[in-house]
Amino acid sequence: MAKANEIKYLTAIKTEKPKKKFCRFKKYGIRYIDYKDAEFLKKFLNDQGKLLPRRLTGNSLKYQRKVSEAVKRARQMAILPYVTDLLK
Amino acid sequence: MQNYELMVIFTPVLSEEEFKTSQKKYADFIVANSGEVVHSNPWGLKSLAYPVQKKTTGIYWVLEYKAQSDINEKLKIQLLRDEQVLRHQVIKLDKYAVEYNLKKRSGVSTGVEKAVEG
Repeated sequence: MAKANEIKYLTAIKTEKPKKKFCRFKKYGIRYIDYKDAEFLKKFLNDQGKLLPRRLTGNSLKYQRKVSEAVKRARQMAILPYVTDLLK
Repeated sequence: MQNYELMVIFTPVLSEEEFKTSQKKYADFIVANSGEVVHSNPWGLKSLAYPVQKKTTGIYWVLEYKAQSDINEKLKIQLLRDEQVLRHQVIKLDKYAVEYNLKKRSGVSTGVEKAVEG
């Protein structure tokens, strides 16, 4: 009776390859991130309004800093909330 | 002459012409101090993301201007003294920011739409 871990598959199990992340600012040549553009900044926030880390957004360090600076300015001017639930 | 961008939130109880007069007051203040107003962009009444001074809505106004660097200190004193102003923020614009604002005003695509799905 083959135990679970001894089952050999004929073909390798198809693992879902993670999508290659790229820095969208470098790719599309965006040089300035506007703090007034709330919709665009929301892409970098989770649903509690907190900033997503670089490994999730795939941004390069330079633009991740610009994004965080823009988000903090937007929060200061009450365009984005500091903390919320179900932001999206 | 540096490029700056001033964003101001006024109290929502402000009437239309009071809003216009305070806009003119600050714009004239900048021009009086040898500055130059590039573009004034009143957003009007908008709801705030969180209550500021017990108010949940505010009248937004964005002003882009060129001026000497010492003008901002005087401007800040004016803004702090004015009790109609809930909150204000002055930002120094670098050349990419100025180009972005110019493109956004003239309707040319600023490339952000492409990046949205990215």
